[in-house]
Amino acid sequence: MLKNITLGQYFPGDSFIHRLDPRTKLLATVALIAIVFVAQGFSGFLLIAAFVVACAVSTGIHLKFLIRGLKPIMLIIIFTFFLNLFFQTGGNELVHIGFLRITDQGLRTAAFMATRLILLVVCSQLLTLTTSPIALTDGLESLFRPLEAIHFPAHEIAMMMSIALRFIPTLMDEADKIMKAQKARGANFETGSLVQRAKAMVPLLVPLFVGAFRRAEDLALAMDARCYRGGAGRTRMKQLKFGKNDLLAGLAILLLLAAVIGLNAIKAF
Amino acid sequence: MKKTIIEARDVCYKYDGTTALAVDHVTLTIAEGEFLAILGRNGSGKSTFAKLLNALLLPTEGSLTVNGIAPATEDDCYEIRKSCGMVFQNPDNQIVTTIVEEDCAFGLENLGTPPDVIRSRVDEALHSVGMTEYAQASPAMLSGGQKQRVAVAGVLAMRPKIIVFDESTAMLDPIGRRDVFALARRLNVEEGITIVWITHFMEEAALADRLIIMDNGRVAIEGEPRAVFGQTERVMALGLDVPEMMKLAAMLRERGVSLPGNIMTVNEMAVELCRLK
Repeated sequence: MLKNITLGQYFPGDSFIHRLDPRTKLLATVALIAIVFVAQGFSGFLLIAAFVVACAVSTGIHLKFLIRGLKPIMLIIIFTFFLNLFFQTGGNELVHIGFLRITDQGLRTAAFMATRLILLVVCSQLLTLTTSPIALTDGLESLFRPLEAIHFPAHEIAMMMSIALRFIPTLMDEADKIMKAQKARGANFETGSLVQRAKAMVPLLVPLFVGAFRRAEDLALAMDARCYRGGAGRTRMKQLKFGKNDLLAGLAILLLLAAVIGLNAIKAF
Repeated sequence: MKKTIIEARDVCYKYDGTTALAVDHVTLTIAEGEFLAILGRNGSGKSTFAKLLNALLLPTEGSLTVNGIAPATEDDCYEIRKSCGMVFQNPDNQIVTTIVEEDCAFGLENLGTPPDVIRSRVDEALHSVGMTEYAQASPAMLSGGQKQRVAVAGVLAMRPKIIVFDESTAMLDPIGRRDVFALARRLNVEEGITIVWITHFMEEAALADRLIIMDNGRVAIEGEPRAVFGQTERVMALGLDVPEMMKLAAMLRERGVSLPGNIMTVNEMAVELCRLK
């Protein structure tokens, strides 16, 4: 039961996008999201979608992974779609059933909003599918480093994230062990009402938390023993380096932005 | 006479909120290149003593110099930790990062070492513990013995003069235990690193150059393993066992078989028994 929880959804590979500096990918994703908001019409969306699909294909990641990632937010997309469909009242009436009216403008807005949402999710998916969690953490630390001047704890946050990543499998194993131990003594985690099942989790969570605190203490000692004293004066073995590819990726994003703005301008005429 | 690397004089340590001393007036010198085993039952103060060596704890009384430094300031503590590495008991709770080679780099990164130097020292350390092929692996995928080897590599990359193993084999299977002990022994012989091996396994303690048995925070018996285990009754009175072959020899002697008092391994026993004919 606990085995199939994967962290993030990194899909290992060696494509152009996989090899980009994580900082480039982070910034490009932010830029892509901005471009999605800049686009005013479906032609713009079509262009962005073509770009994203081309990127996805180039990474060798199956499109079904991108689609699978949409599942958790499908409900939200459907909900916004119908909300816009029924409550956008301008334009010509298409269908009228009881108190529900569907107008052509409503249909257009609904489709527009749904597409925007889908594109946003797919763009961020592309980032998490092609970047390992640890590379993401390193990238975030490096990007937020300048904010340390205003006492933003960039190093501490990155350290916390990477330690959390390190200990998730360990704690999963431990949870599994405790669960088996409890089951051997007749505990029941699988049947009963939701409330009963939630209650059955308490004897699992208490030892897990106690164990986690003990581990934290051990780890702190081990870090101390290896001269850890915070981010100041620390170096890294693996330096992040911008390369030619990163420049190319940046140019591609800029080109896309220009194209979308161009399309908007054509529409405005 | 070999150079002294650790010198403890009347060292005491008392945990906050307790009345008894966890380490009680320990006076001890450890020579450079020595392989010293410290044996003792739970609560005998051996782990506390280990943490004193690494300046994770500071003596409440007495003086302790490690590699010529007595910890007075915070910087001294970091100097000591640089020259005296430590491998802990639980292999899961001392690896910091999600990739083996990055964990090895952790100590050097903390010291602000230039990236290319870190790279070469990490490769060297991983090679030395035989984990090169796992450099990119996730620690979660490794066995307990392999994790301890990674922990050793992490310490080794910092080029310490002393490595303290604080019951590092207690949670391992027999194969992992043998592996890690053999690694410590090899580092001692080949690289001349001083090893302080804390354990409650007789078989490991028997293979050290010198053995100390701690009880109630004090040094109870000290000497060569054979001499220490030769005092079978005293050792047993401290709640510890002696190696199986020593027990067997003692039992045989009681029955009138004439055997020397220093038999410790199965091989030695076999040789002595064959000689009886």
